[in-house]
Amino acid sequence: MTGLSWRSVLRSPGARQFAVLIVGTALLACLPYVLPVERHAVAVRTLTFAIIAVGWNIMSGYGGMFSFGHAAFFGIGAYADAYLLVSHGISPWIGMLVGGGVAAGFGVATAYLLLRYRLAGAYFALATFAFAQMLLLLVSNLDILNKTLGFNIPILRDSSWAMMQFEQNSNNYIWIPLGLLALALAVNILLVHSRTGQYIMAIRDDETAAESLGVPVMRYRLVAVAISSAITAAAGAFYTQYYLYVDPNTAFGATVSVQAIVPAVIGGIGTIWGPVVGAAVVGPLSEVTATILRDPPPALSFLEGKSGLDVATYGILLIIIVLFLSRGIYGSLAERFRR
Amino acid sequence: MADKQSPTQAAVRARIGSVPVPSGGLLTTASALAVLVVLAIVYAVGGQSPQLVTQAIITGILLGGVYALVSVGLTLIFGVLGIVNFAHGTLLTVAMYLAYVLVTSAGINVYLATAIVVPVLFALGYGIQALLLNRLMRPGHTAGQLLVTLGLSLLLANVLLLIFGGFEKTIEPPVSGNLRIAGAIAPAPRVIAFAGAILIAIALTLVLRRTRLGLTIRAVAAHAQGAQIVGVDVRRVFALTFGLGTAAVGAAGGLILPFLAITPSTGEQFTILAFVIVVLGGLGSVRGAILGGLVVGLVQTVGGLYLPGTRALLLVFAVFVLVLLFRPQGLFGGSS
Repeated sequence: MTGLSWRSVLRSPGARQFAVLIVGTALLACLPYVLPVERHAVAVRTLTFAIIAVGWNIMSGYGGMFSFGHAAFFGIGAYADAYLLVSHGISPWIGMLVGGGVAAGFGVATAYLLLRYRLAGAYFALATFAFAQMLLLLVSNLDILNKTLGFNIPILRDSSWAMMQFEQNSNNYIWIPLGLLALALAVNILLVHSRTGQYIMAIRDDETAAESLGVPVMRYRLVAVAISSAITAAAGAFYTQYYLYVDPNTAFGATVSVQAIVPAVIGGIGTIWGPVVGAAVVGPLSEVTATILRDPPPALSFLEGKSGLDVATYGILLIIIVLFLSRGIYGSLAERFRR
Repeated sequence: MADKQSPTQAAVRARIGSVPVPSGGLLTTASALAVLVVLAIVYAVGGQSPQLVTQAIITGILLGGVYALVSVGLTLIFGVLGIVNFAHGTLLTVAMYLAYVLVTSAGINVYLATAIVVPVLFALGYGIQALLLNRLMRPGHTAGQLLVTLGLSLLLANVLLLIFGGFEKTIEPPVSGNLRIAGAIAPAPRVIAFAGAILIAIALTLVLRRTRLGLTIRAVAAHAQGAQIVGVDVRRVFALTFGLGTAAVGAAGGLILPFLAITPSTGEQFTILAFVIVVLGGLGSVRGAILGGLVVGLVQTVGGLYLPGTRALLLVFAVFVLVLLFRPQGLFGGSS
């Protein structure tokens, strides 16, 4: 009897995804021991990409609202952390929660406005982009946030979990974003299998049908936006703690919005593992190209010492994926195996 | 040309009636008047010295000319094709580097170089649409189009970075000196660029209204499927339209090179501003793009008298979002 129920639990897709998540997280937790110290920064960057992309995917992949302004949420997270810590001495963990809350509030307020006036597709994307740009300009002009100078996080003498600060290359700098990523993925899995998540996807697939069946369209869309923004803000807060520095452009710049989209699209939007796979491709890319350019093969010798190859490569990757593999790397593979 | 219409063309014309080239009319006049009234108020009770205001207006109009120049191309691409072209600003950078190379290595006058850059950019745009974007023209592919042009923008900007490096490059302007307009200083290269913007706008309007190509473009914009049924090669028209849009960007690149330093990311700032202007001016309206450009330029400089630094730009974005919410057909577009 128990055996039977166990089997049915394991057979449910949610349980399988949780199993993959636990095993994957455990394996990645060993990363600091395998990876040489000089590669730690790449791992941290890749994990941060992954968190942002998972966040973006919930609003834009599952929710079908294409955001081109996730820098707004990332920036709110990064600045909430920096401001509370530098000006009030508040722990980054609390800063992260506050940032998540503020970002969710901002996301819900702006998305409500845009959805209320029925902005969709290109116009929705442009409006989100404009909101992120407005925050960038606003922060650059606010004295209380040090205008364009941003914040330097005071460096402590000792490691401190409470203040999320450790000695350079500490393994904790990998474990914290890994934990955040695992948490974000757990939320994502739970959401997808919950009634809320089913509604969100139903609205994405056919808004009119969902509405006529009595689904409160606006409410569930805003839930997706809130979760998405909070996750992205958490990545922002961690980013500030890792680099011990934040300024308007690194927090709210258009590059951040692009970095939220690209991994998700390359891996596969609207899938749980797509953004992670995409981040694993895009994150280390700059390291790979940098290695190639440091000691280029004869055919590429003209590129020695130049920069830009990494972003050019992921530009090409993005075009190819959108044109020929619209479900992304993971999405396409998953579909093939399901058959 | 117009009197010897084929039956198909007549059918197209019958179908679309007088649709796309929005003439603006009353609203355009009203908006222009509103701008003049605001400027008069600034003069009268703005609390600034009149000379400062005059200078701000002249600078704003010239800056607006640059914005208009870049936006006319986008009004075709975004307005007619509906493509969210995020590579628009980067194509401007490409045009500027092309002109730069022609000027510095071949020693050509920059305005002559512009004449060479225009057809090259046309071909580039035609190719982009024919090879990449035509695969994504069905409805519901907005995100795909946005992502492909985003990828293109990343690719082009970084190829330029690989070739030229990140340092600023400038050319010696062939014409120097200043014009004095009502006591305000107007640098000659900027005046030339402004004149160029007006000429290009007139040329584009003539192409759209008076030529067979313009007629087909308007037909496709009004109803792509209908145009296809009556025998228009829609994909070719898409490519020609995108080509025209990038050709306009090519002209813009050459004309602003004498007074703007280039880096591989110079054009990026123009992408979002061009979207703001196109939406403000009304999609597909060349005249709207010019007026929108002037308004944004004026807001930045005259607004800059009261909101120093980048704060005036904040105002521009606020107006943009408001227009998106309440008047998506644009301030200067028709009322339809």
